[in-house]
Amino acid sequence: MKQTLFDKIWDSHVVKELDDGTSLIYLDRIFIHERTGSIALTSLKDQGRPVRNPAHVFATMDHIVDTLPGRGDSTLMPGGEEFIKTMRVEANDAGLTLFDINDPRHGITHIISAEQGITLPGLVAACPDSHTCTLGGLGAIGWGVGTSDCEHALATETLRAVKPKQLRVRFDGELRPGVTAKDMVLHLIGKYTASGARGHAMEYAGPAVEALDIEARFTLCNMAVEFSAFTGIIAPDEKTISYVQGRPYAPAGEAWQQSLEFWNSLQSDSDAVFDKEISIDCADIAPTISWGTSPEHSIPVTAVVPELDHAVSEETRDQMRSAMEYMGLEPGQALIGLPIDGAFIGSCTNARLSDLRAAATILDGKKVAKHVRAICTPGSRLIKEAAEAEGIDEIFLDAGFEWREPGCSLCFNAGGESFGPEQRVVTSTNRNFRGRQGRKTRSHLASPASVAAAAIAGRIADVREMS
Amino acid sequence: MRPFTQHIGVVAPIIVDNVDTDQIIPSREMKRVSKHGLGDGLFAGSRYNYDGMKKVGLRKNFVLNKPEYCEASVMLGGENWGCGSSREHAVWALCDYGIRAIIAKSFGRIFLRNCARNGLLAIELPAEQIDLLAQSTAPAPQSNRVLIDLEKGEVQAPSGEVFSFHIAESDRNMLLNGLDHIEYTIQHEDQIARFTESDKKTRPWAYL
Ligand code: SF4
Repeated sequence: MKQTLFDKIWDSHVVKELDDGTSLIYLDRIFIHERTGSIALTSLKDQGRPVRNPAHVFATMDHIVDTLPGRGDSTLMPGGEEFIKTMRVEANDAGLTLFDINDPRHGITHIISAEQGITLPGLVAACPDSHTCTLGGLGAIGWGVGTSDCEHALATETLRAVKPKQLRVRFDGELRPGVTAKDMVLHLIGKYTASGARGHAMEYAGPAVEALDIEARFTLCNMAVEFSAFTGIIAPDEKTISYVQGRPYAPAGEAWQQSLEFWNSLQSDSDAVFDKEISIDCADIAPTISWGTSPEHSIPVTAVVPELDHAVSEETRDQMRSAMEYMGLEPGQALIGLPIDGAFIGSCTNARLSDLRAAATILDGKKVAKHVRAICTPGSRLIKEAAEAEGIDEIFLDAGFEWREPGCSLCFNAGGESFGPEQRVVTSTNRNFRGRQGRKTRSHLASPASVAAAAIAGRIADVREMS
Repeated sequence: MRPFTQHIGVVAPIIVDNVDTDQIIPSREMKRVSKHGLGDGLFAGSRYNYDGMKKVGLRKNFVLNKPEYCEASVMLGGENWGCGSSREHAVWALCDYGIRAIIAKSFGRIFLRNCARNGLLAIELPAEQIDLLAQSTAPAPQSNRVLIDLEKGEVQAPSGEVFSFHIAESDRNMLLNGLDHIEYTIQHEDQIARFTESDKKTRPWAYL
């Protein structure tokens, strides 16, 4: 008793407590992509070390691959093709499962890891990518690592780490109309800063989290790393179980029954103690958008850019001032009505079927403003096909959106593409850092529906007035 | 990896605060699908003259380009050395160039973590001691070398003065035994095998 959800998973994966205070943790799954995975595999090979258990290692190409229709191995990213080709050779040599560019299961790492039933509730899944925390939406520990740790993971099926402290974030009440999981997490980070969860693993709980569907839970967990959390996690429930059932790599038959037993125990005990607790009333959350260059610069879409004297410290004030300069904004300026140049719906945060449906509801029968370049990149081929089966691609295309092949795309300059300098872009992604979507590009993070609303209005808009 | 017990080397001072990983290796130098050969890109922004994006010769006044520092294998740094992006390329570039140890006032957290696992010794010393080391090596860097003794946890200046230092026990272990972090864990291979064997029985559904 007295265990948190995170404790239950972590503790059951401890191979050994080492004398330097770290624990050796067993990893159930490892997922790699061509940008960092290719280096890890080549380097392991140079050292003459095999991948310990190739059956548990999966790979895809999402970070460098081009997303234009009819794509091949070549991309606009200088040297990009080499990563793709190396990944292919090394993955095959190592005996891993690779979802190559034209594989029907291809897509963004964290999306397909869940979609294929590779990551399951109660597992520990590592990947050399910071948004691995997305998988917490299933009740798994998604562990984002660097290249060296990735090699360590591949060679030993383990990672060494000090167990993080724990934070619980409760969302109480109900979401108001037009408010999504993306708005919840932007609100959270806007309120408690981008380092709010530093050193902590974070469990999302409360009735509003329970009410979310699994895809929305992925969105919530995806941005745990933007809150500086070690990872984000949500207790699995009936919805999780029906999401997982029947997926290609999910257990079946007797193994399925055994897994259910374990999954049913995966909640924090009622007397479990967290190092820190935050609670948020969902009635306080509006459609939220970022104004600056960190996800913590997030405010209700109807609000104005903060006044500098609201900043708590000199340092924060300087950062805010420089963010405003970069974004071409003044204190006190309204966001609604700001003309935009680009709109992007994609990424491991918000490129799942429910995201595309939400955007399509707004776009249906309307046109993107003439001056706006609008791009939609579904998160996986299966998502793309499911959307096409519902006619969602037609809605996007008729509205004037580009309809891309799966990949990270304009989330950062994957495929070598970017928006232009000083272009203002409303985006469904997770990072509005300087230069993330192009040199000097000004990114505003928002929900897919809010991106669609802005694309049509040609300016930042309140999605509640468009639906 | 080469064990680190004692090292005597030429010291190159870059005693500036907040030298970030971007300066240590700019992202345009990280195009390779390999950790090797990155030494060429080390401090590229300061080390080379550029014509647009093209390197056109060395900048004579950059410390590593001066003849007396061409054999440098130890660096002196200021506060928060190696801060910024978590790119491990910074450490790989230093190792590939031939740097064995960095002595700084403090280090970026992730950079520090990346050092030991790649066989690079990172030592924190108080500012005055860094300045003393700089003063005593500068007049003739090639002969005024420092001696670093990891077993004793000491840095000896050419003047004979000795400064002691501490590093994390697991890092010290890895460095002394020439283990990279994978070898360090492979020492526990028995336990890993035993764990998976019994785990397979309790959680058969988790195995593919
Ligand atoms: S979509 Fe963006 S955030 Fe997600 S894995 Fe790709 S680059 Fe990273």
